[in-house]
Amino acid sequence: MELLTHYATTLVTFDNLLMLATTLGIILLIAVPVLLGMAYTTWFERKILGWMHLRHGPMHTGPFGLLQPIADAVKLMFKEPFIPGASNKVMFLIAPMLAFIPVLVVWAVIPFGENPFTGSLMVLANINLGVMFILAVTSIEVYGILLAGWASNSKYPFLGAVRSGAQMVSYEVSMGLIVLAVILLAGSMNLADIVNAQKTVWFFIPAFPAFIMFLVSILAECNRHPFDLPEAEAELVAGYNTEYSAMSFALFFLGEYVAMITMSAFTAILFLGGWLPPFDVAPLNWIPGTIWLLLKIIAILFFMVWARGTLPRYRYDQLMRLGWKIFLPLSFAWLIITAIAVKLLGNLAA
Amino acid sequence: MEAISQLIVPNPYLAILLFVAVSVGLAAALQAVPFLTHPMRRSKEKISAYESGFEAFDTARRTFDVRFYLVAILFIIFDLEVAFLFPWAMVLQDISWFGFGSMMLFLTVLTIGFVYEWRQGALEWE
Repeated sequence: MELLTHYATTLVTFDNLLMLATTLGIILLIAVPVLLGMAYTTWFERKILGWMHLRHGPMHTGPFGLLQPIADAVKLMFKEPFIPGASNKVMFLIAPMLAFIPVLVVWAVIPFGENPFTGSLMVLANINLGVMFILAVTSIEVYGILLAGWASNSKYPFLGAVRSGAQMVSYEVSMGLIVLAVILLAGSMNLADIVNAQKTVWFFIPAFPAFIMFLVSILAECNRHPFDLPEAEAELVAGYNTEYSAMSFALFFLGEYVAMITMSAFTAILFLGGWLPPFDVAPLNWIPGTIWLLLKIIAILFFMVWARGTLPRYRYDQLMRLGWKIFLPLSFAWLIITAIAVKLLGNLAA
Repeated sequence: MEAISQLIVPNPYLAILLFVAVSVGLAAALQAVPFLTHPMRRSKEKISAYESGFEAFDTARRTFDVRFYLVAILFIIFDLEVAFLFPWAMVLQDISWFGFGSMMLFLTVLTIGFVYEWRQGALEWE
C-alpha cells in the first residue's frame, strides 16, 4: 500500500499529466483528420466513379455533394441496431471494432514529414520497427472479419469471411516479401529512414516491378475492386457484413476506407518518397512535406477508385492463382535479386 | 513547435498504447451510439439469419472447403519465413557472403517445398 501511494505521488505530477494531455491532443490531431479523410474518401470515390460513369455522383447535399458523408454518418447513427438471434452476441459486437481499431492504430507510426519551422520530424511514435509494426498491426484486421463471419451464424457472412480471410493472408505473404526488398534498399525498418534514403531516387524507379506488385497487393489486401470477392454481391449478398446494421456496419466501412488511406500512405512512404518533393528545386521544395505526402496518398487513392471504375471482378480461383502462383514466386525472385544487388553495390541508405 | 514535440510521452511505445486506448474508446463509442439513439424493436423475422427471404434451411455451422484450411497452413509457413528474413535483411551489409549463402540455402529448401506443393496441386482452385 505504501508502495502504491509512493508511485501515485511520484508519477502523478503536473508535468506528467501535462505530457499525457499533450500526447492525447496530438493523437486526436492525427485520428480526427484521418477519420474526416475517410469520410471524404467515400465522397471522392462516389464522385470519381460517377464521373467515370457519366453521372454526377452525390450533388444534392451541400455544394458538390460535399455534405454527403456527414449525412451518411448521421443516418447510420440513427439506424436501428439489431443482433441476430442465433449469433454469438459479444463476438458479434467485438468484430467490427476489431476490424476498425488496427488500421487506425497504424497512424501512430506514420511520419508526416519534417516540421517546416524547426526541421524536426513530425511523428507520434518514431520507432525503429515501423515497417514491422505496420505489417503486424494491419494483419490483426483479418481477425475482425473472420470473427464477424463466424459470430453472425449465417451462411453468407460465413462464406464471405472465409474467402476474405484466405484472400488477405494470401497477399500478405507477397506484400511482406516486397516490403523486405525495400528494407534491403533502405537498410532500415524506420519509416523516416526509408523516406530519407529516397532523397536521390524514389524507390519505385529501382524497384519498379515490386512497386507494381505492391499496388496490386494492396488492392487485394483492402478487399478492393477488382478483388472485392468477399463482397461479391451477386453471389454473397454483402459478404461478412451481411448481418450488420447501423454503426456496427459503419465500423466495417470505416475500417475498409481507413485501411485504404493507411495502405496508400504506406505505399507513398515505401516507394514514392513519402514527404519528399519530386525534385529538390526552388518552387517545389517550398511546399511543406505534409502536402506532398497528402498529394501522393490522394494519387494512390485515385488509382484504387480508377481500378474499381475500370476492371471487372476477378474469379476466386484467378485471385488465388495470382497470389500464390504469380506474385509469390515473383516477389521471392525480386527479393533475391535485390539482396544480391545490395550485397554487391551497397544499399541506398542516407 | 519544438516545445510540443518534447511534451510527448518519452517512450514511443507508451504513445502507441495511448493511441490504441483512444482507438478502442472511439470504436466503442461509435458502436454504442445507435443503441442510445434508436430503440431495439425485435421481431422474429428481424433477428433471424438472412437467407434471401427464406426461412433458414439449416445451420450455418457446417463444414467448409478444406482448401481454405490449406491456405491458412501455407500462410503460416511463408509468413514465418518472412519473419525469419527480417533480421537477415537488417544486417545484410554486416554479414559476410557466408551469411548470405546460408539464407540462400534456407530459401532453396523452402523453394523445393513450394514446388512440391505446387506439383501436388495444393494451390489449385479450379
